[in-house]
Amino acid sequence: MTVAVVQFGGSNCDRDAVRALEHVGVDAERVWHGDGIPSDATGVVLPGGFSYGDYLRAGAMAARAPVMDDVRAAAADGVPVIGVCNGAQVGSESGLVSGAFTTNASARFQCEPVHLRVERADTPWTAAYDEGDVIEVPIAHGEGRFEISETAHADLVADDRVLFRYCEADGTVTDAANPNGSTDNVAGVVGDRDTVAVLMPHPERATLPDLGRSTDGAGILRAFA
Amino acid sequence: MTAYTATVTVRLKRGVLDPEAETTRQALERLGFEVDDLRSADRFELDLDAPDADAAVDRADEMAERLLANPTIHDYDVAVAER
Repeated sequence: MTVAVVQFGGSNCDRDAVRALEHVGVDAERVWHGDGIPSDATGVVLPGGFSYGDYLRAGAMAARAPVMDDVRAAAADGVPVIGVCNGAQVGSESGLVSGAFTTNASARFQCEPVHLRVERADTPWTAAYDEGDVIEVPIAHGEGRFEISETAHADLVADDRVLFRYCEADGTVTDAANPNGSTDNVAGVVGDRDTVAVLMPHPERATLPDLGRSTDGAGILRAFA
Repeated sequence: MTAYTATVTVRLKRGVLDPEAETTRQALERLGFEVDDLRSADRFELDLDAPDADAAVDRADEMAERLLANPTIHDYDVAVAER
């Protein structure tokens, strides 16, 4: 009865994720990718970092690691799966969600707090919020610009699979509040199932009260509780 | 079987922003070059054995589809030559 936080070579937010999950009362442990996902795992976290040194494209190598077969099988069984930052890149590269995350429009690595508008409150990841709520969670990425074809974007919107959009503090979605040039200000999406989600911002860095300015991310991690 | 080198060129689709290429173009301008636009691409050279050139193209195509390119943002082309 434990959430598996998958550790690839180059993951570096795995310990933070475990600690943040334990803070919200969720049992979690790090699982080396080569050991596979335990069959009794109650959830899966693909953590942030720089798996395989971002070789080829961020997330491309980890997305083809054998452990992802386990992750896809767990996701298909309804086990909650979330990818954060590099984990989001792995998730999109492996086809768990549509779209791709690529080089920020600024061409810079950006590490800063951002505001996110909760676009849906009826998913496990956002049950702690109301639709339209604004939360503050930090980003830390060089390749977080969400790109998607026009037709796939139309499907994403029509199917209501956008989970979070970058916004101003008052919830207005503007170009100025878009830190990386993401299509339609998309910061996070769900997959075919609402139990599968990826997002570039780091909820585990906005959970522990001692860490900084916001604990708004805790609600996302409570999906595993 | 014949020995081939398959060259896979992966580039961003037209219309997809390429901040790295734009940064490179600006650096060239700082060096005094006039450049209207700059596009970059990744080139992979794959040495492989195949029964014929078509089969070599098919193998390289599949490698591009499954790993070398991300179809959401990339186009690619494949050329093979005997080595």
